[in-house]
Amino acid sequence: MTGWDKFLDAFFNAKVMAKYLPDIVAGTLLTIELAILIVFSGILAGLLLALVRSLSIRPLNLLIIFVVDVLRSLPPLVIIVLLYFGLPSAGWSPSGFMSTWLSLSLVLMAFSEEIFWAGITSIHKGQWEAARSTGLGFGPTLINVILPQALRLTIAPLTNRTIAITKGTALGTVVALHEILGMASSAVSNSYNPSPLILGSAAYLILFIPVVIAARWIETKYSWKR
Amino acid sequence: MEEIVDSFFNADIAASAMPIVIDGLLNTILLSLMVVPLGFLSGLGLAVMAQSKSRAVRWPLMAWVDFFRAFPPLVLLVLLFAGLPFAGLELGGFTCVAVAFMLNNSAYYGEILRAGIDSVPRGQIEAARSTGLSGAQAMIYVVLPQAIRNVMPDLLSNTLEVVKLTSLGSVVAVPELLYQARQAQSASFSPTPIVMAAVIYFLILWPLVRLLSRLENRALAGRG
Amino acid sequence: MTSIVKAYGVHKHFGHLHVLKGVDLEVAERELVFVIGPSGSGKSTLLRCLNRLEQPSSGSIEVAGIDMLSPKTDINHARQHIGMVFQSFNLYPHMTALGNVMLALRKVAGKGKVEAEQLAHAALARVGLADRAHHRPAELSGGQQQRVAIARSIALEPRVMLFDEPTSALDPELVGSVLAVMRDLRESGMTMIVVSHEMSFAKNAADRVIFMDDGLIVEQGPPAAIFDTPAHDRTRAFIGQIQQH
Repeated sequence: MTGWDKFLDAFFNAKVMAKYLPDIVAGTLLTIELAILIVFSGILAGLLLALVRSLSIRPLNLLIIFVVDVLRSLPPLVIIVLLYFGLPSAGWSPSGFMSTWLSLSLVLMAFSEEIFWAGITSIHKGQWEAARSTGLGFGPTLINVILPQALRLTIAPLTNRTIAITKGTALGTVVALHEILGMASSAVSNSYNPSPLILGSAAYLILFIPVVIAARWIETKYSWKR
Repeated sequence: MEEIVDSFFNADIAASAMPIVIDGLLNTILLSLMVVPLGFLSGLGLAVMAQSKSRAVRWPLMAWVDFFRAFPPLVLLVLLFAGLPFAGLELGGFTCVAVAFMLNNSAYYGEILRAGIDSVPRGQIEAARSTGLSGAQAMIYVVLPQAIRNVMPDLLSNTLEVVKLTSLGSVVAVPELLYQARQAQSASFSPTPIVMAAVIYFLILWPLVRLLSRLENRALAGRG
Repeated sequence: MTSIVKAYGVHKHFGHLHVLKGVDLEVAERELVFVIGPSGSGKSTLLRCLNRLEQPSSGSIEVAGIDMLSPKTDINHARQHIGMVFQSFNLYPHMTALGNVMLALRKVAGKGKVEAEQLAHAALARVGLADRAHHRPAELSGGQQQRVAIARSIALEPRVMLFDEPTSALDPELVGSVLAVMRDLRESGMTMIVVSHEMSFAKNAADRVIFMDDGLIVEQGPPAAIFDTPAHDRTRAFIGQIQQH
């Protein structure tokens, strides 16, 4: 065999790939499920926090800011490990899925709260005053006037952050979650062949490349000219 | 309550784990001092090349950036660490982290710096060139200082993410902060060392997070 | 009289747009040539072709004895001899006034730090801004910024100065200070090509006025002739329009 053939045999071994394809597909489905859950719960929680913050209740706001700061300072992997290996000592043993979902949702919550909040504060005071002067209450003003403008501003930074955090589902492999990377890694050690990793890499690209291209499109569509 | 304090904030275990954890902290700092400049410089290279008028240069660069935006850094790291030995190349955890993060960060820093360069008005280059400065001199003395300042919040934000990302080193047995904390955890059967690691990350990175939060608020407010 | 600028048959295309359609221009040493014309007439493009900020599609350009279009010409070296002042100043915002003037002195002319600083101070003094050397552009008025930009050019001791609408971006009350510096330069014997709408300055200071329209020089002559007895309808219409304002 030539070097090239050896290389192909190692990294693009059709037999190994065929054998582990079902595993990788299962891992991909799990990754998709997890990613959707994280995006949904993380962004929703972030939006809720930002809305609570707009009520300007000082002790509550200080708490929100502190929690957000903690979640932005800690590496997501540290949070996952802390939940998975730490919480059993407190009497609750979350699964790998639960730990990963909870951790990444919290992280996305923190980042999206910051982004939403920046969006809300960026809307000029005159907008509040104009709406309130027509008799709209705080809530209706926020929902009908402020948020629609703020959300438009936040869409590009939020998309980028969401991609970065949902890619973190791969971290679940550290807590025995059988998502793509977990499946691929165990397939590599079972088959003594790296082809499953290539397959897994391809799965990530198929999942995320369209999202990244969509993000690029969103960025140009909603970009701000300085 | 006492039980929780005893397991998560156990003073005895903290004291005995301290040297191990501090060792990890030093490695995390070392790792950061290596991957941040590497990523920044390779990103700078990409951003400057992206100014090319030729599509044959710009399109591959864009593909490079999108590829790494789509590819999880941990997968890249495992690919290098567990995959390359099958090609007869064993790099070791530390080198794998350096290479994986340089590739990954070149894309992120590159995209930020490209936006920064684009934000400098065309007239700046023209003024510089009209006084006889070469294209490279105009880039170095006139464009880049302004470009970097314009995207400073994004650069800092990415740097924060890079430092946090060094925790992935624990997966490939690089003895950084998280890895050392987990070693101490499995030796002591207590989550206290991991809590210590978390507290250390927080203490080190909190000032940067505060600063960023201010800068970001200001930036978005300016655009609104 | 020897010509310091010799441009013949200059064409410039931007894609399908034919912006310069064969312009011939000679400028004598110490001459002040004033270029007027409606927007889109190609006057700024002509100026930018002279120091090759724009690459002409065809034609020949020689400035101070240097063939500007030859691939053998060191364009960066050649540009030292051609100062340019822009409508939007284009000062480097991250440097002080002094830093703006010193950059090319050090990096292009290769002066040492001390000498560059002396020359830069002298140039700033010439435009009346000796006391603003350590201010950043953001701390200066528009008129002061434009004078720093002029200092940035004259510090390199150019043989020719190009002015691309130097006062168009200024508030009316600041125009005078910039024109005063330009008049001073003219009296020192600088060769100048000025694209501008400052008609009274043109009448007082210009040796020759060129009217451009649609990528061509329509007519040229002494200011009095062009402004008072223009030969072409287009010139007459343009000058009529300008004077209404």
